[in-house]
Amino acid sequence: MSDIVELRNHIRETRHFRIRLVISAIGVVVLFSLLFGRFFYLQVLQEEHYTTLAEANRIAIQPLTPNRGLIFDRNGDILAQNYTAYTLEIIPDQVKNLDAAINELATIIEITPEDRRRFNKLKLENTRFKSLPIRSRLTDFEVARFAENQYRFPGMDIKAHPLRHYPKGELVSHVIGYIGRISDKDLEQLEADKRLKNYYGSTHIGRIGIEKSYESVLHGQTGFEQVETDAVGRPVRTLSRVAPTAGNDLTLSLDIGLQQAAVQAFGDYRGALVALDPSNGEILAFVSKPGFDPNLFVDGIDHLNWRLLNESIDRPLNNRALRGVYPPGSTFKPFMALAGLELGKRSLHYAFNDPGFFSLPGSSHRFRDWKPGGHGWVDLRKSLVISCDTYYYMLAHDLGITNIHDFIGQFGFGKETGIDIPGEAAGLLPSPEWKKRRFNQNWLPGDTISVGIGQGFNLSTPLQLTFAMMLLANDGRAYRPHFVRQQVDHYKNFVKDNFVEEIYRLNLRQEYLDSVRQALADVTRPGGTASRAGANTAYTFAGKTGTSQVINIKQGERYNASKIDERHRDHALFTAFAPVENPRIVLTVLIENGGSGGSTAAPIARKVLDYFFLGTMPEPAEKAG
Amino acid sequence: MITPDIKQAWHYCTRYIDNFLLAGIFLLMLTGLIVLYSATGGSSARVISQLINMVVAYVVMWVVANIPPQRIMRMAFPLYVLGIVLLIAVALFGEVQNGARRWLNLGIVHIQPSELLKIAVPLMMAWYFDKAHITLRWRDYVIAALILLLPVALIVRQPDLGTALLILISGFYVIFLAGLSWRLMTGLAVAVTVSLPLLWSFGMHDYQRKRIMTMLDPSQDALGAGYHTIQSSIAIGSGGIAGKGWLKGTQSQLDFLPEPSTDFIFSVFSEEFGLIGNSLLLSLYLIVIGRCMVITASAPTRFARLVAGSITLTFFTYVFVNMGMVSGILPVVGIPLPLISYGGTSMVTILLGFGILMSIHTHPKLVKT
Repeated sequence: MSDIVELRNHIRETRHFRIRLVISAIGVVVLFSLLFGRFFYLQVLQEEHYTTLAEANRIAIQPLTPNRGLIFDRNGDILAQNYTAYTLEIIPDQVKNLDAAINELATIIEITPEDRRRFNKLKLENTRFKSLPIRSRLTDFEVARFAENQYRFPGMDIKAHPLRHYPKGELVSHVIGYIGRISDKDLEQLEADKRLKNYYGSTHIGRIGIEKSYESVLHGQTGFEQVETDAVGRPVRTLSRVAPTAGNDLTLSLDIGLQQAAVQAFGDYRGALVALDPSNGEILAFVSKPGFDPNLFVDGIDHLNWRLLNESIDRPLNNRALRGVYPPGSTFKPFMALAGLELGKRSLHYAFNDPGFFSLPGSSHRFRDWKPGGHGWVDLRKSLVISCDTYYYMLAHDLGITNIHDFIGQFGFGKETGIDIPGEAAGLLPSPEWKKRRFNQNWLPGDTISVGIGQGFNLSTPLQLTFAMMLLANDGRAYRPHFVRQQVDHYKNFVKDNFVEEIYRLNLRQEYLDSVRQALADVTRPGGTASRAGANTAYTFAGKTGTSQVINIKQGERYNASKIDERHRDHALFTAFAPVENPRIVLTVLIENGGSGGSTAAPIARKVLDYFFLGTMPEPAEKAG
Repeated sequence: MITPDIKQAWHYCTRYIDNFLLAGIFLLMLTGLIVLYSATGGSSARVISQLINMVVAYVVMWVVANIPPQRIMRMAFPLYVLGIVLLIAVALFGEVQNGARRWLNLGIVHIQPSELLKIAVPLMMAWYFDKAHITLRWRDYVIAALILLLPVALIVRQPDLGTALLILISGFYVIFLAGLSWRLMTGLAVAVTVSLPLLWSFGMHDYQRKRIMTMLDPSQDALGAGYHTIQSSIAIGSGGIAGKGWLKGTQSQLDFLPEPSTDFIFSVFSEEFGLIGNSLLLSLYLIVIGRCMVITASAPTRFARLVAGSITLTFFTYVFVNMGMVSGILPVVGIPLPLISYGGTSMVTILLGFGILMSIHTHPKLVKT
């Protein structure tokens, strides 16, 4: 090959190579432009989007849960408190084989079958992404032991929670109620009330009782902390902080000593007791027996305990004082007497010879007195002292149902008293309109007769009876019954104590009021139905016994307690105030299936009053029969 | 006062160094150190260690630059053979790390022979083309392709898809620059397109498939493999036009970025210096590549042209693939950003390439007679 050919080839090759090189250079520029375009897109067009993402990456809003307000009784005894407890929580979504993981966990920390049941129940009620407690109240040793092994348990973590504790347990369960874990249903409700933001970070909410009705006061204001976190979510530093404001403390008018005395006086009986201060409507004692341990509910009650409570024949979850409706029986009579006097159907001196029964004109049906053969000559005073039925059959007939309904309704029967815990029952004060509406039946003259002695369709709660008795005791001042005396905000140094509210005032003639009260005072004296309970008191007290029928007794049959199943025996009632001259306490005692008011309920009331006036704590009563 | 002796010595030290290229390299290295300081959260230990890498790499570059291209050419064949032997040794006795057999334990040092092939393969191919007929025939291209595919196949088996791909590309550049006809290249492109589905089904490991799937839609696997891409896109995007400022990138400082000092160092830079910084960095790379192209264009021999061109384009490929992967337009493959990412091996390999370029440019151009 000649040099010229070679040189020509060389030149051609160089030219070809340079063309390829130029193509490469163009490729380089094009691809770099592509990169620039990508950067322009990310950093100019999408900057806002990515800045938001970067901020979201870096900044976490952490709620600061406020401490819940404490609850005290009137003497400063604590009824609901907080303490910090370590809880082991699991996020079900982050654990692959939950059962196996819990089994493994059980090898280092005690997990009872109850814990598992409770956890499984919570798991069903919540989403898989929510952190749920499996064990609460871990000891320091258990906390340390888990921390050592934590790497083995992804999706599980120990959290410090302020936990609610009710040191008095069952004693005040029906008043204080309890808090429970916030459920999805609660969240919906909070959302609807526009309160959800304040619960960001809260785990519990008031379920019943004071805890529920004063939820907004007790909960407090949630604070927020903006923290910068790293990729693993560890806080690096705090950017800003709004401190939480603890809930307000509440002081109740309840006297835990009186409450204790009442529970002890009850002994094994089921029933209810309500005691209030007639000068302002403050509740002094509020018992529903049996109670339950509210601490069981704080972490979510497990299935077994729930069944034990819910299916118990004694119905411990039923707040008898607030929601239990019973025929008021003879405790209705003082209000009937006032109706007769005020409406001019009876005078103080009117008397008649009681044959022991009453029959409507033109009817042979006999409304019998509790005492066969009657009480002889009976006037208004005696009708109350010996609790004559015939007197009130006649009076009811003379008054008519509309008068009874309208007059006695003023004492609060048949409607809620407006007490400051939720769930109150309204009871029933019957009227022809009600019967038509309820049963689509016309009112019969005989219906009125039973109403006259507090039976028939009549239903009222122990709270209502106490409210009515308060009006009798304090000359007709209708104070709203309430538990909370004082609300203390430690942050604003603010105390709210204007909880007393006079809803209305009944205008009753003093002469009539005095006469009825005097008659009630005689009930506890020799000859009265509660004379045994009233013997040898250091103070005066007035009251009215009552027996509320659980089953109807057929015509011609007699009520015989020993022949009737215990659960079908009559309820015993006693409602009273003391001292007679200047009442400081009004109370009602209801003993379920306790028999007669005079023999069962009145002695219990006496014991409670003895504690109130003399400070003597009763020995638990022995159950009769 | 500079005495003639010192002048002499200075001349001796710098006569085979291309100052233009060196200036570009130094500017990129300086940028690298500044970003590295930020990426490590203010660790001067890392910076000093990288400085040592740079000094070592510089010495390597200087030594190579002082070797005449003719001698480099003579070394091509032995280097290639050594590389193949080492790759076979790896396949037989190599250590397994992270599920891949890539390392060879020589007692004192652990070496990764695939790094050597990054240089040896283009050298060998260029050497072959140089030794072949004046006018290249299709047979020459086939032999060059075999020279290329033998080590690539061995590296794919390790498996190290990223390195294999890069060597494949650097070898392709040699063939392309040697003048492979457009018709053949079109045919090759068609063949590759057809074989891709086959490669997908039979030639890939699950994790490799996953990487490609994730590249197509990072949000599909936001907490797994896509996490890297998403976080680094967030870093770049939130940098905006002017950037968040040095040491002030939240994505990098709070550990949201994976490998912030090596593969993903560009997202640190991008977050802190913004689009302005990115443009300057791209320009700097463009200047360096441009200078390399000038050197390539004026290279005297076929061997020199092909080697210089391949090194230049491979350098560009590193830059493009790294930035493309970090900004989410290419799959995540473990390729560092040249001259900026932390790491001794890549620094040495890159500067060794520049050493060859300088050697080609600064030694007397002997035209074959």
